[in-house]
Amino acid sequence: MAYSDKVLDHYENPRNVGSFQAEDSDVGTGMVGAPACGDVMKLQIKVNEAGVIEDAKFKTYGCGSAIASSSLVTEMLKGKTLDQAMDIKNTHIAEELALPPVKIHCSVLAEDAIRAAITDYRSKNLMEAEGYNACKSAA
Amino acid sequence: MAEFNQNHFALFGLPEQFALDSTSLDQNYRRLQSEVHPDRFASASPHERLHSLQIATQVNDAYATLKNPTARARYLLQLQGVDTQEESNTAMPADFLMLQMEWREAIAEASEAEDIPALEHLLKTIRLEAKVLQEQLHIALDENKALHEASAAVRKLAFIDKVRADIEQAIIKLED
Repeated sequence: MAYSDKVLDHYENPRNVGSFQAEDSDVGTGMVGAPACGDVMKLQIKVNEAGVIEDAKFKTYGCGSAIASSSLVTEMLKGKTLDQAMDIKNTHIAEELALPPVKIHCSVLAEDAIRAAITDYRSKNLMEAEGYNACKSAA
Repeated sequence: MAEFNQNHFALFGLPEQFALDSTSLDQNYRRLQSEVHPDRFASASPHERLHSLQIATQVNDAYATLKNPTARARYLLQLQGVDTQEESNTAMPADFLMLQMEWREAIAEASEAEDIPALEHLLKTIRLEAKVLQEQLHIALDENKALHEASAAVRKLAFIDKVRADIEQAIIKLED
């Protein structure tokens, strides 16, 4: 199957491969997997005090599209607030990479990884999206 | 002659359960195959020939489904109206996914080092893991009717089947 240039670029030069310390309180880790193809994706975000994602890293085992989807997502996440990050949809990823229909599930996996990482970060910090500012101004 | 569109278990005269009498399955498969073999319909009407061909196809599909434990469990769940969500459910337990990552790393390393014994060792571990899950499926499907749990086990087995196939391929590649 022919990959788009963007997929090839991310696949051959993946951005932000690696990991953070999962135990750190400013790190959120999302691990997801797609049974149908056996792909596994670990996505981590590093969130600063203002609630903005300053860095993201990934490790993915799977096809070129899965690797490209996670690589792209780490770039998209940087500089976004958690709420903005929650708005990233698999369709954005699929469009950006021009994924064919059979590879859409790779972008779904990446979207699920973002959500899982944010959920992990929030549950670790017991911080609701809206509650955060209230806490900050009260402090 | 066998009836078209029977459920796979009924086709082979087997009970609808995960535990399988594979001797019966194999025997009934061979019997059905010879019953619907195209050679027997050489002088039959076009309609009958088509019908026998359809049944032969179903017999083969049904056999492949029942023979493979993962496919058999998936099919049993499907008969109960449960979708195993292998396309859509990505929320696997974190420790299971970590293990998948570790296995993938080990395969990559062993392939790189052309270390066939290491791959074979890993294959053994993974086969054992599959056995454990199949035992869980047997209990969940045949005894507890725990469909949700069975569905989760099928998703895990889908990963394990994939890893297993990849290791087998890596070994074949190195042996060439």
